Amino acid sequence: MKVNLNVKRFDPESDGSTRFQQYDIDMPENSTVLDALIHVREYVDATLALRCSCRSAICGSCAMRVDHRARLACKTKVTDIVSDEGQEITIEPMGNMPVIKDLITDMEVHWSKVRQVVPYLRPTGPPPEREYIVSNEAMLDVAGAVNCIQCGACVSDCPVLEIDKSFIAPAALAKAYRFTGDPRDGTKKERLEMLSNVEGGIWDCTRCNMCVEVCPKDVRPMDRIMQLREQAVAAGVKTNTGVRHGTSFANSVRRLGRLDEMRLFPESVGMFAVPRLLKELPGAFRMLWSKRLMMWTHAIPFAHKPIPGIKHVRRIYDQARSEKKEHSK
Amino acid sequence: MATFQHDVLIIGAGLAGMRAALAAQGEGADIGVISKVHPVRSHSNAAQGGINAALEATDSWEEHAFDTIKGSDYLADQDSVEVLCKEAGAELIALENMGVIFNRDDQGKLGTRRFGGAKKARTYFVGDITGQAILHVMYEQMTKAQESGESQMKVYEEWFVTSLISDGERCLGATVLDMRTGEIHTVLAKGTILATGGFGRVYEPSTNALICTGDGMSMAWRIGAPLMDMEMVQHHPTTLKGSGVLITEGARGEGAYLLNSDGDRFMKTYAPNAMELASRDVVSRAEQTEINEGRGIDGCVLLDMRHLDEKLIHERLWQIRELGIDLAGVDVIKEPIPIQPGCHYAMGGIKTNILGETPVPGLYAAGEVACVSVHGGNRLGANSLLDTVIFGRRAGVAAAEAGREIDMPIAPDSTIEGEQQKLQALLDRPANDEKIARIRWDLGISMDKNVAVFRSAEGLDEQQEEIKKLKARYETVPIEDKGKVFNTDLIFGLELGYLLDCAEAIVLGAITRTESRGAQYRVDFPERNDAEWLKHILLTYSPEGIRLDYQPVTITQWEPKERTY
Ligand SMILES: Cc1cc2nc3c(=O)[nH]c(=O)nc-3n(C[C@H](O)[C@H](O)[C@H](O)COP(=O)(O)OP(=O)(O)OC[C@H]3O[C@@H](n4cnc5c(N)ncnc54)[C@H](O)[C@@H]3O)c2cc1C
Ligand code: FES
Repeated sequence: MKVNLNVKRFDPESDGSTRFQQYDIDMPENSTVLDALIHVREYVDATLALRCSCRSAICGSCAMRVDHRARLACKTKVTDIVSDEGQEITIEPMGNMPVIKDLITDMEVHWSKVRQVVPYLRPTGPPPEREYIVSNEAMLDVAGAVNCIQCGACVSDCPVLEIDKSFIAPAALAKAYRFTGDPRDGTKKERLEMLSNVEGGIWDCTRCNMCVEVCPKDVRPMDRIMQLREQAVAAGVKTNTGVRHGTSFANSVRRLGRLDEMRLFPESVGMFAVPRLLKELPGAFRMLWSKRLMMWTHAIPFAHKPIPGIKHVRRIYDQARSEKKEHSK
Repeated sequence: MATFQHDVLIIGAGLAGMRAALAAQGEGADIGVISKVHPVRSHSNAAQGGINAALEATDSWEEHAFDTIKGSDYLADQDSVEVLCKEAGAELIALENMGVIFNRDDQGKLGTRRFGGAKKARTYFVGDITGQAILHVMYEQMTKAQESGESQMKVYEEWFVTSLISDGERCLGATVLDMRTGEIHTVLAKGTILATGGFGRVYEPSTNALICTGDGMSMAWRIGAPLMDMEMVQHHPTTLKGSGVLITEGARGEGAYLLNSDGDRFMKTYAPNAMELASRDVVSRAEQTEINEGRGIDGCVLLDMRHLDEKLIHERLWQIRELGIDLAGVDVIKEPIPIQPGCHYAMGGIKTNILGETPVPGLYAAGEVACVSVHGGNRLGANSLLDTVIFGRRAGVAAAEAGREIDMPIAPDSTIEGEQQKLQALLDRPANDEKIARIRWDLGISMDKNVAVFRSAEGLDEQQEEIKKLKARYETVPIEDKGKVFNTDLIFGLELGYLLDCAEAIVLGAITRTESRGAQYRVDFPERNDAEWLKHILLTYSPEGIRLDYQPVTITQWEPKERTY
């Protein structure tokens, strides 16, 4: 079949500009995007640079943007992307990382974040005589995260990382879960405290689900981040903006059936965090001005009235709470 | 252009390399680790099925050793096998304690699965991603070791070793191309450990990753280290057509059937007791016989998992289910998947002793690149990961210990200049129509035709001629990319040179061994011949030609017997 690749090129040894180059080739049906790129490299243009090795989605070398989304080229069939023969497939290097040459990026961004989560098991207490005795369920639970091949696809497409370079980003946080979820690790609380309190930690995820969508190994990094949040709260790691924000949000809805914006912010950063509160004052005024806070009365703290059906809202809360209690028994 | 120095230089950061690095660090050595890919991209990550150890009270290292030796068709050196099997349990526990999330039984203890050629279930596993799970933990331990600052450990990522440095006697280190800058450097060391993995890409198709190009074997050979048992190339019974991607033996270990086009479990004819779990050489030959005799389907037979519990597939074989869907368009839960024998593993390699020492002073080897001879004529599934960690550790310790007695070597300036000139000469070759990829393809296809599951004098002679032609073509093939940064074209050019050396040695070994044993099946010599061939073939390179030597197999307590499954 005819395959038409449009590949973003960058040669650090030339003038430093990027360009797109078109390759029209013939490939067997069923070819992966990697097969096509390898064909180009081997028979059409030997200067095209990309990383690849295993061809079977296990080494994590070949993540790149195919059709504007991070994917493993070896796990993506040409026909997954285009329905008609010869339709163009755009290939670019991963995002959120510097490009070294063509499709090869510098993944140090990712590895530095992995190092940040203390990426090794830290058992405490005397070592066992043989293996640690742990349930298979616990092992299977972390296996989901161990399945990560560190390809960087989720790092590439994470919109939070794009605007906040300190965000630990999905892959490294999934790696963190691999340890907090492992009963053999003796430093769970310490890890959760660090992950909650550090700049760019677990509460900075906006739950956009992008990492879940692009992950080629079904690691579901965002779900791991949510699990980390739950673990943190359960372990009593609560004195941080993230938890306070969630609590304030939930309390507000329980009390009023709606969001109390005037309380949300101070409750999130902490009622006594005066410098931070003052810093945000101009923003609050702007919001008032642009009518994001609908009525003047809203500017008076604690002046909201509950919505008419508040009874029902509270009933949902009570139900959820009792179910959670039941569940954790 | 710079010179680096380390007590111990480790080339390769797969399981063998990283295990060696950790062990050498434990001995207080200053270590440099070089890898042409990031360590977790190493091919060890592809191991699916598991790692063997006789750990249960109902099992013993002697039984493991016997299965290994029988599997090897009595070509393995039994002293090496004893080390492998005796030390397996402690090593496995060490891996678990480091953090590997091995599968558990109902009591939360380590649980096993069955594997081919083994009388007992002694394969420990993480689903079907065992290699990945262990490799990533080993890398975690490297990170920990580097943070601990106990001793120096420097990892040179995406550095490509081009040659070993020798003063004619000792190995002094290596010359290296920093792929990111295109600069050439020398790394000198008191001891150099090769852990560069196998040569699977000599064949097409192959289960091996594109980086498995036999670099270490060729480089060691070029400085006079003998290669041993090179004719023993394992063809795995269950690989996908076309790509050669592997479907783990674990599938059969969990109960999958092999069927021919009549829907028969044909293994009953070839191995009535062990059936699908006979040793790999036996199963691969059986499959090829079925295919050759017209009971195949489009060059394949079928691997059937439909009768397995769906939950078991989700919990233990999730990766191969995905591979089936992605690469063959088959969901193994619903349909049998077509498979064929494919090149998989190098039993042979650089000759070493049980300390990982090669006959060249200062040079050590461990893992698939080495041949301590624990696999002999045929490796048992899940014995290779074990080989990497046991002998990786031993080589690391031995090199670090030896280094205490040795001064840092000095290499003449001409070393780096010579290497630079060699690479420049490659880059300066005039353009022509030849392609590196075409030579490699022709090599792979011809090896698959002539030196695979069945071999004959004619086929092997033909292949020897073919390799001569390919080597001649290689002499003039141009490197089209002239850049410095990530010049992968240059890398492929160098790798092709290594592949051709390995192929030459494989074919020479196969021609020389006029008997059938393990993976070497000669249709013109169909019997095993212990009287003449209970010995290893050693090939030593010199510019004048290749020297052939023989070394008897070490027998400790298991006398060779007829081998049936
Ligand atoms: C698909 C598949 C499945 C397998 N499943 C199993 C299994 O279930 N159980 C089992 O026991 N075995 C299995 N094996 C075999 C086993 O995985 C390998 O034999 C083993 O992992 C090899 O490890 P290694 O450390 O020797 O080499 P590798 O892991 O291949 O590492 C080689 C290292 O050397 C480096 N290197 C190579 N050349 C150079 C150079 N020129 N310059 C710098 N660096 C270089 C590479 O970058 C890499 O880091 C399997 C093999 C395959 C192919
Ligand atoms: S080539 Fe290994 S993940 Fe794609």
